[in-house]
Amino acid sequence: MLRRLHDKQPTSFSFTSENKAWAEAQIKKYPVGREASAIIPLLWRAQEQEGWLTRPAIEHVADLLGMAYMRALEVATFYFMFHLKPVGKVAHVQVCGTLSCMLCGAEDLITVCKEKISPNPHQLSGDGKFSWEEVECLGACSNAPMAQIGKDYFEDLSEETLRQIIDNLCTEKPPTPGPQNGRFASEPKQGLTSLMKYESGRTKFNGSVQMAFDLKDTIKRIDGTETELLTPWLNGGMEKNMQSVMRKPKILKSPKKSVPDDLSSLSGLGEKAKIILNSLGIFYIAQLSQWGSKEINWVHSHSSGSLSLNKLKNFVEQAKNIQN
Amino acid sequence: MLSDTDRIFTNIYGMHDRTLRGALARGHWDNTKSILVKGRDWIVEQMKASGLRGRGGAGFPTGLKWSFMPKESDGRPSYLVVNADESEPGTCKDREIMRHDPHTLIEGCLIASFAMGANCCYIYIRGEYIREKEVLQLAIDEAYEAGFVGKNACSSDWDFDIFLHHGAGAYICGEETALLESLEGKKGMPRMKPPFPAGSGLYGCPTTVNNVESIAVVPTILRRGPDWFSGFGRPNNFGTKLFAISGHVNNPCVVEEAMSISFEELIEKHCGGIRGGWKNLKAVIPGGSSVPCVRGEDMKDAIMDFDYLRNDLGSGLGTAAVIVMDNSVDIIKAIWRLSKFYKHESCGQCTPCREGTGWMMRVMERLVAGDADKEEIDMLFDVTKQVEGHTICALGDAAAWPIQGLIRNFREEIEERIINRKMINGNKALAAE
Repeated sequence: MLRRLHDKQPTSFSFTSENKAWAEAQIKKYPVGREASAIIPLLWRAQEQEGWLTRPAIEHVADLLGMAYMRALEVATFYFMFHLKPVGKVAHVQVCGTLSCMLCGAEDLITVCKEKISPNPHQLSGDGKFSWEEVECLGACSNAPMAQIGKDYFEDLSEETLRQIIDNLCTEKPPTPGPQNGRFASEPKQGLTSLMKYESGRTKFNGSVQMAFDLKDTIKRIDGTETELLTPWLNGGMEKNMQSVMRKPKILKSPKKSVPDDLSSLSGLGEKAKIILNSLGIFYIAQLSQWGSKEINWVHSHSSGSLSLNKLKNFVEQAKNIQN
Repeated sequence: MLSDTDRIFTNIYGMHDRTLRGALARGHWDNTKSILVKGRDWIVEQMKASGLRGRGGAGFPTGLKWSFMPKESDGRPSYLVVNADESEPGTCKDREIMRHDPHTLIEGCLIASFAMGANCCYIYIRGEYIREKEVLQLAIDEAYEAGFVGKNACSSDWDFDIFLHHGAGAYICGEETALLESLEGKKGMPRMKPPFPAGSGLYGCPTTVNNVESIAVVPTILRRGPDWFSGFGRPNNFGTKLFAISGHVNNPCVVEEAMSISFEELIEKHCGGIRGGWKNLKAVIPGGSSVPCVRGEDMKDAIMDFDYLRNDLGSGLGTAAVIVMDNSVDIIKAIWRLSKFYKHESCGQCTPCREGTGWMMRVMERLVAGDADKEEIDMLFDVTKQVEGHTICALGDAAAWPIQGLIRNFREEIEERIINRKMINGNKALAAE
């Protein structure tokens, strides 16, 4: 399906400081040199902050991860959860229209959206507060029909309940997500047929609804202050995994000869990169020519990521050519 | 019926304590170290003996899959990747595990990773499951806090990290190599196989991709023994399974049952019967949108397992997502909706699928209205055969099978609609004269 960037784009994007800290922590989930893995979570956070995914945001994330803009654009346009144009200020209603929901009345829900919001999907309502679309299976089929609004699933809907939910979204007391017909989660509506013995005092809400109730951020823009940032993965087994992808290259405390090589003679190697390499103990083109991919990974990670892998690979290739 | 004491997911509805404390009370994380000290080979052998077949749809034996991982590292790390990109229409079982019984999954991840020599595990959860992601991350944080995962996990001298990663709404990322591509930060387009992930998967390293349910049942199987697990179900289809029933039953639900339970028992015991009674049953899709539909009268006595549904009914168990349709359903329109789904979700990499899914959907659209010729039914069947098996991944097959099932089982209904439409058109033409 053809998905393009919106014709009107803001001039800039930056993460809030909390979101930035969050983003940096996410990048650490992946091995050095594989930062690109974090692109979907980061683009998603950018969208949660802004409401939709803007071009400056995509480029900002690409810069953070050392990716070419084109690679980031490919990802942004491939995945359907990225809204490439503005959505309703209050909420974007995503009605599941795939088979199980269709059998249980999703078409009626879509009629409600057409009436209450706008005649066409992705079109803003008159007051700009709402928009809607029909999405493919959201994976809550035993609770069909359902819709996702903001971060939450509203399940076991009827025309009436959906109308009410849309009305209530603008009020002080936003609606409670989860099943809207009195069910707790995905158990049979008429009462439990299994697991009765494990009765130990029912909690009030199921897992997802409890989360929504605690955070109260169903339709809130996320700035990173909502929850405490926990990063238990920062001191675990990743290190062991890393030993197999990184190796420290031969480095020198200071140049052996009085005059070190001018590293900036390599094309693409600027003054800034030269300073970083020197500070790591790399002064000679001959040093670079010895590196394999593990050494490149090491230098990349020790430059705090400011020397990209592709750049380093290119320098090493040039150095090898000069040495030969 | 399966008794509660034999259920693996004892908090699947999330009604009781979902925290680590509750999980401990239900017997999870109980001396996990004693399982790990028995060693990799023992774990893999036990899994093989249990007869567990992958719960993500294809039904590949889980223990066998693990045994493909290299015994000795050649310098590359190994990875376990858990496929939590639950997007197959009709399927909603992994969501319940992750939000209500998350510690079964986390403990399973530790044991499975250990059994394949992986220090790292990524769980790839679908992007729409935002709350489920948050709940699961809380449970992971709890496990880190308690020392069950992280450095020296469960005091076993095994360093183990578990990362939660999410996608952004692409069905195709449930295909294992597309999932790996997506996890590497690219478009989710499937890779050619071979090389298989066990040789070269995530970041070019040995990787095993398993479904959430396949991993979450592991700790209980190892605790209670393969004999217990293989005590349920017919040979080659052992174990218990989460069934997700949706559509026209009185009480749609997710429920854990023994494999090889009869369809009638499943529906009567847990779902309060078919809406309007068994005579009102028109068709059933027994394993998620990708498997062919089955006529209602054939389904009543069906045995819900891999082999019966495939060999006797020409369908499949898939993810055990049962979609029930009563006589009020326009079956042609229902299958058209699935065609629309596959057209929307085709990644566009292979021509037969990219073009074929759109072509099939457009013909289906005309069949819904009856605006077609009878010959086109055979032509459509022929096209599905040209898509099937001619693509890198199974999405092409998955798009073809529902239509084949429709033509095999409800051909007379399609023909009738075409004839009716022709008659109406003829009458209109007469009236116009």
